[in-house]
Amino acid sequence: MDLADLYRDVIVDHNRSPRNRGRLPAACRHAEGNNPLCGDRLLLDVDLDGDQIRNLRFDGSGCAISTASASLMSEAVKGRTRAEAAELFDAVHGMLTGAPADVARLGKLAALTGVAQFPARVKCASLAWHTLNAALAGDVAPVTTE
Amino acid sequence: MVAARETALPLDLARIRADFPVLSRQVNGHPLVYLDSAASAQQPAAVIDAVAGYARAHHANVHRGVHTLSQEATALYEGARERVRRFVNAASVAEIVFVRGATEAINLVAQSFGRPQFAAGDEIVVTRLEHHSNIVPWQLLAAETGARVRVVPINGRGVVDFEAYLGLLGPRTRLVALAHVSNALGTVLPVAAFVAAARERGIATVIDGAQAAPHLPVDVQAIGCDFYAFSAHKMYGPTGIGVLYAREALLAAMPPWQGGGDMILTVSFEGSTWNHLPHRFEAGTPNIGGAVGLGAAIDYLGGVGAARIAAHEQDLLEYATARLAGIPGLTLVGTAPDKSSLVSFTVEGVHPHDLGTVLDSRGIAVRTGHHCAMPVMEHFGVPATTRASFGLYNTRAEVDALHAALGDAIRMLR
Repeated sequence: MDLADLYRDVIVDHNRSPRNRGRLPAACRHAEGNNPLCGDRLLLDVDLDGDQIRNLRFDGSGCAISTASASLMSEAVKGRTRAEAAELFDAVHGMLTGAPADVARLGKLAALTGVAQFPARVKCASLAWHTLNAALAGDVAPVTTE
Repeated sequence: MVAARETALPLDLARIRADFPVLSRQVNGHPLVYLDSAASAQQPAAVIDAVAGYARAHHANVHRGVHTLSQEATALYEGARERVRRFVNAASVAEIVFVRGATEAINLVAQSFGRPQFAAGDEIVVTRLEHHSNIVPWQLLAAETGARVRVVPINGRGVVDFEAYLGLLGPRTRLVALAHVSNALGTVLPVAAFVAAARERGIATVIDGAQAAPHLPVDVQAIGCDFYAFSAHKMYGPTGIGVLYAREALLAAMPPWQGGGDMILTVSFEGSTWNHLPHRFEAGTPNIGGAVGLGAAIDYLGGVGAARIAAHEQDLLEYATARLAGIPGLTLVGTAPDKSSLVSFTVEGVHPHDLGTVLDSRGIAVRTGHHCAMPVMEHFGVPATTRASFGLYNTRAEVDALHAALGDAIRMLR
């Protein structure tokens, strides 16, 4: 268990200065994610252009891991198609549950690879991605990690 | 005289710590610093051995067999009940019902005392600082009966507003349910005063004593309450066993809550008759080993001495409060003048969950989250706090370890 592996510089940086933070009131898709155990709440707005994620922003409150994960995700999926986002989801999910990280595919998202060593924190890192899935699927009910 | 001499003698902490086997283990390469006793306290060897000793030599079902083991198990189980009676100063063992824990005790009162009697428009008064276990059973009862739950506010320090409480006691108030000690804030409520005001108006009273039993002397006759609930695992006993104290006159009038063996005198298809108190409320084979462990925990606490435990824990509280006040950006949540030995806090720019992970990497166990008291979090406008709660085995050096690790976490994350 190595803390430096969890709180890598990229994670700390994205927590201190989250990218794409805020709301997109005119966006076509909105979703809410909750992690009831720690009280994390994530609001996600996604602007789709046909099949492409034109823009997205997130807001809410959460720990460093959930904030950095949402920030990294927002950079990674902006401009991607829904199918590409779904592929990334699978790659992130694999990495968080202990599969060897596919760095070429994950890029900066590979900074979250240390989370797999901290089972209690996997939910924090995956909240943004589950919320994105819900937004893309058009789910109205809030997502929960429980 | 005895009490004064007892207080003057400090705890022999090295000896106390040696009584708790888990305290000698390492966590993540560091000596364990266990600051989560308010969630569940560790068990001394005396408790562990009592439970194991029962299983090794005396286990059988209680109140049934004529054979030796059954008689021994019954004697141990009922012996534990008598210890509990003395521990809370109840008038009779008929008033001591063994349950799974404080949560089950409160649900029992809601379902057996409240449900048959309460009607639409009746009111149940709780405070804002209650644990979910002293909110949700009343909400369920309200949904079933049409009664209404009313909430006494707390102030910015986490103190319950007594004047507002008096204002809420009206002609439709049937029951008041309040914590003796807040699990999220540490606030100690002057429960005797709250109970007296309710009793003057003929209102029933339920005290959630889960956080009080390990720290304060509990005297149900001095408090004057009708019901008092607590859990063994908060007071150095096993999980899965707790107590409902219930005033005998009320308990005698309450219908059974669960049906089964042990709670009946006779059963026939024309109708059954109910067992005497308190067995009427203990359907099925009880947690005999758990009760034995609770009895051992009570003996252990008595051996150390309530006054000495309280003095030691208050010293830790004062020391921790002063140490943490020196950390920039740290805000204590819950600063009641009369407080149990815990510190709940937020740190600007650092989420409690991250703090919890960093502290765990140093072997320090704290609780992070909403502490099953979401209305308290809402009151203070925070999603979660970090809580370090102290037990009789904690030391000033452990507070120093917490202080140092908090500094490291802030440097790493802020």
